[in-house]
Amino acid sequence: MAKQDVIKELKEKLGKKILKWEEKSPQRYYLTVPREDILEVAHFVFEKQKARFIIESGVDTPAGIEILYHFSFDELNKIVTLRVLLPKDKCQVESVAPIIPGADWIEREIAELLGVKFLNHPDPRRLLLAEDWPEGKFPLRQEVRENQ
Amino acid sequence: MNRKTIIPIGPYHPLLEEPEFFELEVEGEKVIDIDVHIGYNHRSIEKIAESKTFDQMVFLVERICGICSTSHPIANCNAVEDLVGIEIPERARYIRSIVGELERIHSHLLWAGLAGHFIGYNTLWMWVWKYREPILEIFEAVTGNRNHYAMMIPGGVRRDIKEEDIPVVLKGMDEAERKIEMVTKAVLDDPVLAARLKGVGVLSREDAINYCAVGPTARASGIPIDVRRDEPYAAYGLVNWEIIIREEGDVFAKVVVRLLECFESIKIIRQCLKRLRTVKGEIAAKVKEIPPGEGIGRHEAPRGEVFHYVKSDGSNRPVRLKVRAPTYVNLPTCKATVPGESIADAAIILAAIDPCYCCTERIVTINKRTGKRELNGQDLLRLSRKKTEKICKNMGKRNV
Repeated sequence: MAKQDVIKELKEKLGKKILKWEEKSPQRYYLTVPREDILEVAHFVFEKQKARFIIESGVDTPAGIEILYHFSFDELNKIVTLRVLLPKDKCQVESVAPIIPGADWIEREIAELLGVKFLNHPDPRRLLLAEDWPEGKFPLRQEVRENQ
Repeated sequence: MNRKTIIPIGPYHPLLEEPEFFELEVEGEKVIDIDVHIGYNHRSIEKIAESKTFDQMVFLVERICGICSTSHPIANCNAVEDLVGIEIPERARYIRSIVGELERIHSHLLWAGLAGHFIGYNTLWMWVWKYREPILEIFEAVTGNRNHYAMMIPGGVRRDIKEEDIPVVLKGMDEAERKIEMVTKAVLDDPVLAARLKGVGVLSREDAINYCAVGPTARASGIPIDVRRDEPYAAYGLVNWEIIIREEGDVFAKVVVRLLECFESIKIIRQCLKRLRTVKGEIAAKVKEIPPGEGIGRHEAPRGEVFHYVKSDGSNRPVRLKVRAPTYVNLPTCKATVPGESIADAAIILAAIDPCYCCTERIVTINKRTGKRELNGQDLLRLSRKKTEKICKNMGKRNV
């Protein structure tokens, strides 16, 4: 497979699983994926296509919590971002840390700061917040103001 | 009953400049497991950024780290420029690269000194830090500050490098090159250092990929990644330089990668300075409005890739800023490198990733008898300006 074909391959193999395909520039791709399929898609991009996992970003939006999984194809100068949307009343998603050890810390961080439950996470402890921080209060959510 | 012996390093420990807590589980001399606790220093910069404007955000992220203080601003500006979709003027590209590379040299030297200190080689520490000082003085002469240069702004840079600064920096580079060459030769030929660091704390290629390591930590394990080459921003696509890779993955390989990278940085700075003599014009493009959307920006900091994700809703403030500093992915590699080694080696293995410590502090003088502060902020500013003027004068600059 020619290296340039990763984007084409992604489209062909996972076409049905991708709800929305945004090509912001030839270097930046944003793919919206159903949350049930994130583990499978992330596994494909990380293991099969050998992309480097950069990080996850959790974003609190009016529609729910968005998790963005940023992957880099370093040789091709492309960043592919997988996006899942989690409704606030059922804020949970399958953890990718069992297949990507580098995602361990960031999922612990998103869990405590944004209140997302990562299912089957290998080490679901707190990362940054103190032990006496109240349960169920998530500092990075929009409703929490800075002076609180 | 299952009993374990735990050796704690931290949260406050002479080895660590910033609070972090390493829990080493040991069996005799050997470390069999390690756990890291962080968060003692969490400043919620990402949350604060939501209440700043895009221009203010650059200064906020500059405060994330005192050593690589220009890395976050460059990554942040790249992200905003990606979001808006603008190109920066060519002159600004060269200035960005010069500041970025000067920072890499001083940061790598700082680390080399600390690494020497951690293994009890204090001569190396004193030596290297002595040669790092002139780099900071160049910074003070060119940008006005030893650290936190405040040079970056979305669309370009805030301060030009003047024609008369160029010989000052070039002279500094010649000097630095000679000294770093001397240090590099001494380090590479030293049998004690080789015995102490070779084959210690090996990070295999697979582990580096799985833990998503970046920067010199990854490059010392044979992974050829460098944002400067892979996504050529600033002037990195316009000048010639090499990326340094080693296959061994041990602490010694990380030393070699960092020292050799200093020479590449010097090479980049020289070429950029040469181009600055001919490429004139604007140093910043006007960023009028930030449209709704998302942007991703990266910069190869001394410790590895810095990643910034910025989301805008069309107002003058970001809705979300996500920052990923290189230590965030490099530090967990200790789970692969420390177990199996002896306790004495744990310190240098942990230090080998160059964890990001903040070291920049100016003084406060207190009168012992009265307990009153002798100098206030204004006085410090005055003193600091006086010192900058003195440095500039010594370097042969006319106007300050």
